Amino acid sequence: MTNWNSWLFWPDHVALSVLVLALMAMVFLYAARKPMHGIIHSTCTLMSHSMRFVSRWLFLAADNMRLRNQSVLLAHGQESEAVIIEREFERVGNILRKDMQEFPALQRKMLEEATRMEDEYRKCGVVPPPPPEWVTALESVAQIKSGGDIPRKLLEDIGKSIQKIHDKTIAEFRRSYEERHKILNAMQPSWRTVEKLMGEMDKKMVTLQTNAKQIDVHIGKFEGIRAKDTKTEHALTMSSFVHLAISSLVMVIALGGAFINYKLIALPMSEMVGASDYLMSNLKTSDVAALVIILMEASMGLFLLESLRITQLFPRIASMDDRMRRRLMIASLVFLTILAAIESSLALMRDMLVADKASLMRDLASIAPAPSDGVLTSIPMIGQMVMGFVLPFALAFVAIPFESLVHSMRTVVGVCLVQGMRGLGVMLRFLGLLFKRLAKVFEMAYDVTIVVPLMVERWVLTMRAGPSVEMEEPALSKQRRAA
Amino acid sequence: MKKSLAILALSLGMVSLGACSDNRMHSHGVYMLVDTSGTYAREMGKAAKIVNYLLATLNPGDSLAVAKVESRSFTEKDIVAKVTFDKRPSQATSQKRVFKDKIQTFAKEIKGSAYTDITGGLIQGAEYLNETKSGIKTIVIFSDMQEELGKGTIRDFPISLDGFRVVALNVTKLGTDNADPRLYLDRLARWEARVRKAGASEWVVVNDLEHNLESILTTR
Repeated sequence: MTNWNSWLFWPDHVALSVLVLALMAMVFLYAARKPMHGIIHSTCTLMSHSMRFVSRWLFLAADNMRLRNQSVLLAHGQESEAVIIEREFERVGNILRKDMQEFPALQRKMLEEATRMEDEYRKCGVVPPPPPEWVTALESVAQIKSGGDIPRKLLEDIGKSIQKIHDKTIAEFRRSYEERHKILNAMQPSWRTVEKLMGEMDKKMVTLQTNAKQIDVHIGKFEGIRAKDTKTEHALTMSSFVHLAISSLVMVIALGGAFINYKLIALPMSEMVGASDYLMSNLKTSDVAALVIILMEASMGLFLLESLRITQLFPRIASMDDRMRRRLMIASLVFLTILAAIESSLALMRDMLVADKASLMRDLASIAPAPSDGVLTSIPMIGQMVMGFVLPFALAFVAIPFESLVHSMRTVVGVCLVQGMRGLGVMLRFLGLLFKRLAKVFEMAYDVTIVVPLMVERWVLTMRAGPSVEMEEPALSKQRRAA
Repeated sequence: MKKSLAILALSLGMVSLGACSDNRMHSHGVYMLVDTSGTYAREMGKAAKIVNYLLATLNPGDSLAVAKVESRSFTEKDIVAKVTFDKRPSQATSQKRVFKDKIQTFAKEIKGSAYTDITGGLIQGAEYLNETKSGIKTIVIFSDMQEELGKGTIRDFPISLDGFRVVALNVTKLGTDNADPRLYLDRLARWEARVRKAGASEWVVVNDLEHNLESILTTR
């Protein structure tokens, strides 16, 4: 502890001592006023300039990073869009090749069918034939004024003949009509087939139209990316955020699965590598071994999906020739199956170990063993074995969200870094400004401590200068205020 | 492919490293002294239960020995059963079964001794546990802690129990303790002072065998 009494000139007169001390300090501070103001000014200027310099550097770095992020984002977006457009064109090509190849022949055939049906339809609609030419003769006979039996008989005979002919014609006409009706009836399935074909073709055309619209949309995006459009860049950035969120969620779910997997094989692994072996203070070898098995399964799944070209994390695999790629795929699948089989057997071992331990515990506690139902007790064992076999294959699909996570993480981290750097830059600029103003504040605060000597100094100066200065002083202070 | 091979190599390296590291530092060694003198021979049922608890709690790689406290206990002949459990859980379970059978046989054939040489048992336990190189060493004393030495038995010298945990179990009150409880308290205090002076890291007294058994192995 500091002994305050040692600072006092007269320990019995504390107030007096403190006053003398204060006066001495004041004199000292007054003498050191100019260099102290210089120190304050220099320090604050140094701090202000340094901060402004760092702030400017941060803004420049943020701009460079933004440009780099933009180019990476646009390149990735362009690549993705190109792949999508390629796929869409492939689909369209497949539709055209498979479904539209026979379209012209079919169309011609349908047109012929339609023409034929139209003809038949027209024929079906033919009105009864008009009366023969002798109708006019009849009219002439009917106009004969001198009546008599001969014309009447003649007319009657003609009438009978006409009636007979008419009946015959009508009968024939009806027969032919019936035949046409039969033909038309027989054509009904053809109509339906044609209608069905038309419907199918209509659907295909609609699909084609939809694909064309999608291609239009993607081409629009592609053009936007090529043109480095701000809107497209923003959309891609937002898309990266969404992808990151979704893939993170899927990864969390996958991690849950991996944890269950780990729990399933950690105990039986102790049977293989020893339960009391430790790698580090609290890290059991069996736990690490189980973790390694799971990581190997995930790796094999990754290679499998890479060789299937579902993911593209390794360009080397993507650029392999098909033969080698197929071999890699088969190798990955075989290893994955072997690992799954190992895990399944480990799950069985786990069940046996747990059962053995439970039996020992019952022995130690002198409890009679519970009656076991063979089927019921084996259900968990079977379940564990199945889970042990299936989970590695399920884990293999983690490669897909993982790829998405890696790609989107690049963008998101880049955006966050740029924003962070800009924020820091603004803060530093503000602090620089603050230090610039603080120099004046510190100087004035310093002057407050030596206000008495300053007043004396002013008084002395005033006395020396005489009344002229006193007259000038208000004018000077007025000018200073204006400045 | 290269990545998976690298992981495999890493795992093999880690496993081999594990094999090289000093794994005994994580193991638990327990030496249980069972007082067979006088009326305490009838408490053998309780002692067997404690042994069962220890068997249920100890893990693969741990060590356990049960010895009786007789007139002169500083001898291997007094060790009823001893085992260092295998690293494999299945083998450890089998060893535990055999150990339990040995203890049951011992409990049936137990004979009372005239004197109680707890100090000799402690020294023997320390010797055994030091040999096992266990990380955590616990000596459990199932006794009333009333030492009675026969003629010619010398135990009044400093002993070494550096880093040991000493657990006194089922320290029953004697008839004289009931008349003057200070005797009981003084006896426990004396033993605590002695084991602490010998370098023991912990001194625990457990009389509630129904609810406080976990204190035997739990380090405070």
